[in-house]
Amino acid sequence: MTVVRVPPVLRTEAGGVREVEAEGTTVREVMEDLSRRVPALGTRVYAGGELQPFVNVYVDGEDVRTRDGLDTPVGNGSTVILLPAMAGGC
Amino acid sequence: MTTYRELLQRTKSEISELDARAAEDLEGALWIDIREADEWQEGHLPGAVHVPRGHLESRIEGVAPEKDTPIVLYCAAANRSAFAAKTLGELGYTNAHSLVGGFTDWKRNGGEIVMPRTLSPERRTRYSRHLLIPEIGEAGQLKLLDSKVLLIGAGGLGSPASLYLAAAGIGRIGIIDADIVDETNLQRQVAHSLDTLGTPKVDSAKRAIEALNPDVDVVTYRERLTSENVERILGDGWDLILDGADNFPTRYLVNDASVWHGIPVVHGSIYRFEGQVTVFSPHQGPCYRCLFPEPPPAELAPSCAEGGVLGILPGIIGSLQTNEAIKLAAGIGEPLVGRLLLFDALSTEFSEVRIERNPDCPVCGDHPTITEYIDYVEFCAR
Repeated sequence: MTVVRVPPVLRTEAGGVREVEAEGTTVREVMEDLSRRVPALGTRVYAGGELQPFVNVYVDGEDVRTRDGLDTPVGNGSTVILLPAMAGGC
Repeated sequence: MTTYRELLQRTKSEISELDARAAEDLEGALWIDIREADEWQEGHLPGAVHVPRGHLESRIEGVAPEKDTPIVLYCAAANRSAFAAKTLGELGYTNAHSLVGGFTDWKRNGGEIVMPRTLSPERRTRYSRHLLIPEIGEAGQLKLLDSKVLLIGAGGLGSPASLYLAAAGIGRIGIIDADIVDETNLQRQVAHSLDTLGTPKVDSAKRAIEALNPDVDVVTYRERLTSENVERILGDGWDLILDGADNFPTRYLVNDASVWHGIPVVHGSIYRFEGQVTVFSPHQGPCYRCLFPEPPPAELAPSCAEGGVLGILPGIIGSLQTNEAIKLAAGIGEPLVGRLLLFDALSTEFSEVRIERNPDCPVCGDHPTITEYIDYVEFCAR
């Protein structure tokens, strides 16, 4: 089971929670599973089989864009962080 | 019983003494002035480091970690430096020499000397807690006093940054902000106060800085940073930028300008209970566009005015940014380059993700496609 950390701006889509669980051995599988479990969140970050360009995805602290993208392996017990940019300095 | 004279003579016979010419021929030599502070103040050899004789044993490994480093020691007349050379030999230094004739002969023979820049007694008192830290000391404090830091925004992040940068003795602080202080700011923007309600934030922050430290030269820009004014403002010569903007167009504009000007940016952003901090060092690490190639859609980019923010959060994130800025200005430590620090105030957790420079980045990549300012509002509204 993988813990997926939900950024504050996407918590409404995730029913207000800070973390959700999803299963899969690659980022693609985790995203597919996430889309089934929490469709509103899934479609925001993963649509048409692609990660949305404004969301960074980190597996155990590494940006999947610098690894194998959707094929990046996700270990059992890994943490996946979803991170869109925040602008606020206010 | 051995007399001083006998001890000195014996010591000199056991060490290597070099005259000025031979010492200057010693390639890559570290020159150490072992005299007392008051003697150093009256002038020293160019490039020498000052390690008073009394601290030589305890500090030598800090200035010369390698035992085979060529070292030239000098004092006033080559007596203390003879004992110092012997001590370094006992510590395992194999290439330490005493300068024949010391500083006195050097100066008499017309050798170049430099007068050290020093802190006034008032500054010595004000910055005493910095001076006590070996990594900062007088040289580091002088670097801070020579530094010029530009703050983007005098709001949540800019408030603690302006106060702590001022307290640290950053020589010049520039502040860009077009807003007026209002009541809703006072829950977190600690540079402002009831006394400055209704006044421009740049003036209010300037007042707070000057009340804290008159050493700081404050330059205010009561305007929004735009493609039209960015060149003029950056042209005023800033060593680093502390970005506390509150919108995406400004973030991307600051990024592009800083890459083209080669100015490092200490980035911070906040929302509700969470914050992010990193340092963008042009061409040495990723830039903002490498990290976030595009902003989120508007509905996923609420401002603090729309979504709120815990008042202390900008205090924490702005202080972390200031820590990075002070380290960069003093040239110490490991900056947050290539690392994005995430903070969650609710769980009190820090986490860190690795971020890399993107060789295909349109601005800092190997073949940039964006080489001049674009319409940032339009870019962020897509």
